[in-house]
Amino acid sequence: MSEADLTMGTHVPGALEQSPFAIPSKKLVMWLFIASDAITFAALLFAYGFLRNATPDWPRPFNFSPSIINVMLMTFVLISSSLTMLIGVRMAQAGNKSGAFRWIFITAAAGILFALLHLREWLGLIAEGVRLFQNPWGAGTFGAAFFSITGLHLTHVVGGVVAMVVVGLRYRRGRYNADDIEILGLYWHFVDMVWMFVVPLVYLLNVKQ
Amino acid sequence: MATTATVHAHAAPQGFIRKYIFSLDHKIIGLQYYFLALVAVFVGMFLSLLMRIHLIWPTAVLPLVGEIKPETYLSLLTMHGTIMVFFVLTTAPQSGFGNYFLPIQIGAPDMAFPVLNMLSFWTTFLAFVAMIAAFFVSGGAPLHGWTGYAPLSALPSAGPGEQLGADLWVISIAIFCVASLMGALNFITTLLDLRAKGMTLFRLPLTCWAWFVTAILALLAFGVLLSAGILLLLDRNLGTSFYVPLVVVNGTVMGHKGGSPLLWQHLFWFFGHPEVYIAILPGMGVASQVLSTFARKPIFGYKAMVYAIMAIGLLGFTVWGHHMFMSGMSPYSAFAFSIMTMAIGVPSAIKTFNWLGTLHKARIRFHSPMLFAIGFVSLFVSGGLSGPFLAQPVLDIPLHDTYFVVGHFHLIMGVAAIFGIFAATYYWFPKMFGRMMNESLGRIHFWVTLVGTYAIFMPMHYLGMAGHPRRYSQLTELAYLHDLIPVQQFMTYAAFITIGFQFVFVFNLFWSMFKGPKASDNPWEATTLEWTTATPPPHDNFGGHTPVVNHGPYEYSVPGAPRDYVMQTDPVTATAH
Repeated sequence: MSEADLTMGTHVPGALEQSPFAIPSKKLVMWLFIASDAITFAALLFAYGFLRNATPDWPRPFNFSPSIINVMLMTFVLISSSLTMLIGVRMAQAGNKSGAFRWIFITAAAGILFALLHLREWLGLIAEGVRLFQNPWGAGTFGAAFFSITGLHLTHVVGGVVAMVVVGLRYRRGRYNADDIEILGLYWHFVDMVWMFVVPLVYLLNVKQ
Repeated sequence: MATTATVHAHAAPQGFIRKYIFSLDHKIIGLQYYFLALVAVFVGMFLSLLMRIHLIWPTAVLPLVGEIKPETYLSLLTMHGTIMVFFVLTTAPQSGFGNYFLPIQIGAPDMAFPVLNMLSFWTTFLAFVAMIAAFFVSGGAPLHGWTGYAPLSALPSAGPGEQLGADLWVISIAIFCVASLMGALNFITTLLDLRAKGMTLFRLPLTCWAWFVTAILALLAFGVLLSAGILLLLDRNLGTSFYVPLVVVNGTVMGHKGGSPLLWQHLFWFFGHPEVYIAILPGMGVASQVLSTFARKPIFGYKAMVYAIMAIGLLGFTVWGHHMFMSGMSPYSAFAFSIMTMAIGVPSAIKTFNWLGTLHKARIRFHSPMLFAIGFVSLFVSGGLSGPFLAQPVLDIPLHDTYFVVGHFHLIMGVAAIFGIFAATYYWFPKMFGRMMNESLGRIHFWVTLVGTYAIFMPMHYLGMAGHPRRYSQLTELAYLHDLIPVQQFMTYAAFITIGFQFVFVFNLFWSMFKGPKASDNPWEATTLEWTTATPPPHDNFGGHTPVVNHGPYEYSVPGAPRDYVMQTDPVTATAH
């Protein structure tokens, strides 16, 4: 299947009416996907807030050490990975192919590090007795909300790492160009931004008092 | 006319599989969606007929289903609603006709992402297979209604259909969400990026505006249903309690604790209300297009129509609470939702008056598509008038669980949207298949269907006001409903006749496909781009060229023009002004 099969976005200039956003179709579709995905996350966060407000014995299990320190470390890794992605996109736009490729793989490695830190945290909570339907501290819906929100985010991180490997390799072989790297970057920054909502709502609101 | 600039499109596929099954051509994909919806609508219609038969002959043993027990009745009701809403009203007008005609009407060779387009059809197909499979697993189809209210939908032990059947139902809905999201991405990008030279946003046919706004609604609504569905699956299978409080089923305490059934209602209706507009907006677009064409007049208030579509789409996200007046919500919330709901009446009325304004003093050509478009307006008004009643919490509370609501939403969302599909079918059939449909059969189909649907759904309003509850399978055992049984009988007889005459439509569809008289390129003397190209359109829609647009979409009866219509691609000098 050739590139032309995948997208109809390239045409003879002047044959088409100007798009109101003046960006390529692939980039527009990524923005639209981000909009719908943001709504999907918003629904989950709404569900969490709805249940949390309705539950009198909502648990607040997170100690500063190790939980919040761990979350701060994860946040640092994820924000840094947005920076490395930005460097990769800049290099791709400047035509520095090997440099862009290297920074994309550094970003992917940061994504993997984030996922490993996250899994370590999950396993720690599971060892403490947190399940989808019960925990040692209070309302059983805490575990369900925690694991489904962070789980969906983790799925996005893992998906992003896979995408970076696939797009990165294809970019090195010349099938994808700097625009595709930028679109990949949009997705990664979005995943980063969702985490900025998860940290205060899921972690900081549930710090032990 | 067309420029000489060649279009960089994918090559025409060879071989049956690539051409008709895993096709990348938006026209084939549109037809695939259309015929999927055609199969689905007959399944849904058959289920409704079984319900109507059971209501007046409760002890009858029926073919295929045997004796209808109360839980069987609930299964029929659930599957009728789900199949009709998702696989007919969402699939045919938007994914079917939108896929086929949105690219052609904007002058594009295909959708922006043909592979994504193919994927969205096949995921929809997968969702349909999963949904139909729910009939055949042990326990049968689910009982929880198309709205899937928890905790009934969240507890496998709550009834016979709530086991594997309900899992398949949730999985099917989740797959359908993904398919609809992919479709929405494609529609929006295509409309924004692939318009031919001169096709400015305010030269778009109103059908395109309707498909565009519908796609935005789908983009922002289906994600919520996807999240809600995933949480429901977790509740059903992994022991979480998002939607389930501490409940006792048949004397057994369930393991769940702490969830909220209202959470499901909020998430579901945040999707569910925009879904109503996803079903009806494309029909509004088709009605506008057809009314203008056959009235031989420009659509009355084109820009007002566009802004009304946008207003309906925007307000549609602010009114989900009016489905939940019964839930014990704060009267202040109910008041706010009530105000927003009645506000939707304003853009709806703007559209209705503009349709009537288009018809005013027109020399109308009464062909079958026009009859169905007028029928659409009629049903939209009749169904819409009961809307402001139900928007009042004080009136909704006694009426909500009665047939009044059933009559209301069947007229405005169900049958009106179906009339939009019929109008679109009769209107675009010559372009899609190169032949004309039989006009006499079309008229017979129209009159019986119009009178029939009013005969089925109007009496429901009276039943509702008399206090007849909905979703009940047994009427004969309740003394206070005895006097209403003749009304139910009348509705069932009307349903028999109306459904019977739908086979006239199917016969007309397939017979005309092969035996109808050959259609010219522009049999209705219409103005939009699909009528400028060959019939049926070639693989890249315009035979290697991109059209250039010089006119608005509805320039009929232009003073000084040589014909009574000016096509969008006609040279600028064709008009005197």
